[in-house]
Amino acid sequence: MSKRVGLEASHAAAEAARMADVDVVAAYPITPQTHIPERLAEMVADGELNAAYIPVDSEHSAMSTCLGAAAVGARTFTATAGPGLEYMHNVLYVASSMRLPVVMTVANRALSAPLSIWGDHSDAMGSRDTGWIQIFCQNSQEAFDMTLCAFRVGEDPGVLLPVMVHFDGFHLTHVTEPVILPEQEKVDRFLPKFHYPFALDPDKPMSLGAFAPPDIYPEAKIAQEVALRKSKAVVIQEFDEFGDTFDRYYYPVELYGMQGAKTLLLTMGSFSETAKIAIDTKKNKGESIGLINLRLWRPFPVEELLQAVKNTEILVVFDRCISFGGPGGPVSSEIRSALYNEKEKPKVVSFIGGLGGRDMSVKDFEYVIDQGRKIAEKGSNELFETVGIRGEVTGTRG
Amino acid sequence: MAEKRLKTGSDFTWRDMEVGNIITEAGNAVLRKTGDWRSERPIIDREKCNKCGLCWLYCPDAAIEPLNDGYYETDLFHCKGCGICAKVCPKEAITMIEEEEK
Repeated sequence: MSKRVGLEASHAAAEAARMADVDVVAAYPITPQTHIPERLAEMVADGELNAAYIPVDSEHSAMSTCLGAAAVGARTFTATAGPGLEYMHNVLYVASSMRLPVVMTVANRALSAPLSIWGDHSDAMGSRDTGWIQIFCQNSQEAFDMTLCAFRVGEDPGVLLPVMVHFDGFHLTHVTEPVILPEQEKVDRFLPKFHYPFALDPDKPMSLGAFAPPDIYPEAKIAQEVALRKSKAVVIQEFDEFGDTFDRYYYPVELYGMQGAKTLLLTMGSFSETAKIAIDTKKNKGESIGLINLRLWRPFPVEELLQAVKNTEILVVFDRCISFGGPGGPVSSEIRSALYNEKEKPKVVSFIGGLGGRDMSVKDFEYVIDQGRKIAEKGSNELFETVGIRGEVTGTRG
Repeated sequence: MAEKRLKTGSDFTWRDMEVGNIITEAGNAVLRKTGDWRSERPIIDREKCNKCGLCWLYCPDAAIEPLNDGYYETDLFHCKGCGICAKVCPKEAITMIEEEEK
């Protein structure tokens, strides 16, 4: 029988790693770390999980250790957050380009200075181009579900890529919510033993991570890019498979509310749930409004996005990150770029808020929708708008 | 050394790349001319050489090879021209000379 228990997203992710029967966990255990490695360390010590638990001296070492483990064919898991993710930044590229399917949960946190490890998407956006598959979660249940899916997708013989599962620091990692834990037998069925086809083997010596001169590097990178893009089909297929097994269905782009609504708000992560309440309130007042929860961040689901905004006139995109000196919030910049060559496309309004743990209430999202609509209708010279910032922010075009 | 022409980077399209760019034949550098960017080459003077073998010991690229008669020769297919052999030779029997344009 599945059971319904109270878990914070951190412990839910640790449960998922345990039920996935990971072979190796390598993690740096100190701030900005979450309870995920702490719980996994307990599980290993208590004999609930038969895995090599490797505490390391930094996140750079954590990811490097994960590469080694994955290269011998171990199911490998790690967790990090905010500055920790930045500290392993260059090794992230190595994991994806060597096609090592490490799974990592990221508690999304702000980056210093001023010193902050509160919730924010700056860490995730900094890792945007690392070549990892990246999935965002709205709640603890999804933290569990997406971690399981991450193993299944990453280890698919047609994919073999590392996967990041993002969920908001504090709003999810430290908040207890009801989570349905499935039977182990169902998890085993969904996630059979991992067989890495290129596992290191003394009887079959190979060279991994060789250097590439200019006459081969671009081909190597394009091959990697094609592999990441192709993984979208597998993500969709495995989300379906997950739904068929556990009765919870997920999609790269999730539309909430009205199909073909005139105004759509787009959010990622836990704020999508808050925004949904704002959408409900407005819908009840008879407004033509809906929400896009962007679940799959990489590979970017262009087709699904275009489908979701068909007939939409105004698309308000909410970012929890500043792209310093950029043409708008990082998510809205990408969405504008994806829509630009389309004949029929909504006007995009970029909003930035919820930085460094600043809360976004239902009222704040109602403001974002109303203000976004006004701006779209009368036009604006600003590259982006802000919500909840004291003092007017203008002259963004420079 | 390699008889037939080896494939080089430009023979591969992106579709030919192994997953993760793995090199499936380990140690295939033995077939690759990795010393072609050398700017100086070592010349061993047999008159001065006392067969001590320090050059062979110190070469960081295993590009000095012992011969049956006790002397040594340089493997210019792999030698990068670092000059360590010339520096460590107690008899100053190795001179680095500039590579000329091909």
